[in-house]
Amino acid sequence: MSIHLVLFLFFGAVAVAGAINLLAQSHPINSALSLIAVMAALAGEFLLLGAEFVAAIQVIVYAGAIMVLFVFVIMLLNAGVEERTKGSRVAIMFGIPGMLMGSVLVAWAVLHSYGQDEVVAGALEGAPRDIATLLFREFLLPFEVTSILILIAIMGAVVLASKPQAVQKRKEH
Amino acid sequence: MGTHALPIWLFIVVSAIKSAILLFVLLTAVAYTVWLERKVVGHMQNRWGPTRVGPFGLLQPAADGLKFLFKEDLTPPHVYKPLYIAAPMIAVIFALTSIAVIPFGNSVVIGRYTIPLQITDVNVGLLLILGITSIGVYGVALAGWSSNNKYSLLGGLRASAQMVSYEISLGLSLVGVLIMSGSFSLRHIVEAQQGHFWGFIPRWNIFQGQVVGFFVYLIAAYAETNRIPFDLPEAETELVAGYHTEYSAMKFAMFFMAEYANMITVACLASLLFLGGWNGPIPAWLPYPLHVILPVVYFVAKVFVFLFIYIWVRGTLPRFRYDQLMAFGWKFLLPVAICNLIATAVAVTW
Repeated sequence: MSIHLVLFLFFGAVAVAGAINLLAQSHPINSALSLIAVMAALAGEFLLLGAEFVAAIQVIVYAGAIMVLFVFVIMLLNAGVEERTKGSRVAIMFGIPGMLMGSVLVAWAVLHSYGQDEVVAGALEGAPRDIATLLFREFLLPFEVTSILILIAIMGAVVLASKPQAVQKRKEH
Repeated sequence: MGTHALPIWLFIVVSAIKSAILLFVLLTAVAYTVWLERKVVGHMQNRWGPTRVGPFGLLQPAADGLKFLFKEDLTPPHVYKPLYIAAPMIAVIFALTSIAVIPFGNSVVIGRYTIPLQITDVNVGLLLILGITSIGVYGVALAGWSSNNKYSLLGGLRASAQMVSYEISLGLSLVGVLIMSGSFSLRHIVEAQQGHFWGFIPRWNIFQGQVVGFFVYLIAAYAETNRIPFDLPEAETELVAGYHTEYSAMKFAMFFMAEYANMITVACLASLLFLGGWNGPIPAWLPYPLHVILPVVYFVAKVFVFLFIYIWVRGTLPRFRYDQLMAFGWKFLLPVAICNLIATAVAVTW
């Protein structure tokens, strides 16, 4: 086995283990920390592909910024251990087959459209210039639409968070 | 000249030696920055600072280190133990790791080989440092949370909110430099700053119109490293000691080391990005060894100036209030950083 394959399997195993641990842990902060491990492992996979820039951004944005906010919210609410329920039987009956079918579908679609050529380690050119050209030339419209979508989501969150006061004010009028 | 690539075993040996030396230098620098701080702040406040242990108190860091090692390591009963133990490790590991991509001088030519004075030259070096420092926040945040103490929790919350807020200004202040040099590699950024204007003004980025960027970076860096005037996470008048209230002995020392190592990283980054790194006057008639050593001396001198300013500011300014800190970060520093970025972009395209 080449060192690349060993590293690929290692990071893959860390990502999967982290994802399972995320579901299995009963304390929110442990789940958040496992998600950070998943993000870091994905950054490792990007690095193996030779996309150093994407790997660095993955760490800065996901592991460094978004997950800090997750942890911040968990700390702020001081969320305790979640209560264990037996779970609904319907969820198990439909959830597990549904998940399997979904992953098969995704795998089939990927194999169908990209063929079964092996991806060579370090083959992807993820230079900042290339990514910028893609984002701001070819995919400018989807990129801008996505940012507007995120803006709408933020506004929605603000509206939801400030609702009780707004309702009170309206009642006072 | 040595242009041959190193064979792999030699590369590993050289890297290990470089890492060992650099770690030793960094830890010594951390210890003596603490000494320097106590001494300088002491003199600013009409005191002597440490004088008893060794000449000028120079052995004080060693005495402090031994004291930390031999103190009883208390673990309060109500803490969440796995994270309580992991938090100081996270803080100190990530604080020490970021030195790996910092270049501290030119290359040495030994025989057939050229060895760069840097542990590793990654072409996204700057982003790597930003990533590592952004992970370092977890050390402080988790310490505050896992201590299960309201003062610690408040300290941890303040730290994470403050670091996330100021990281944006910090990143934006660096983009100006990136636009001018067109590379993420710290070595390239320094090499782009060689030469002079009109024969005497060095072509450092700070003299190339990045003055505003420099000051934004400086202020944001103080907030990122939790130093006065932004040291609210450990504001002792309100929070006992903030996130490290429940820590003692070596675990506390690890937070301390992390803070000072972060200060040194920030100072290194500032001198690399804005002050020309190891560039400085080297007369051509000097022998070859000095051509290698002098740049390192220039670099260390610039870092030292930065650390001195850190201490100077600590001796001068009072602490901000928390709402002032947030308002300043979001309503003043961030717009200034964005304006600087736009101005630089416009100037470079013209």
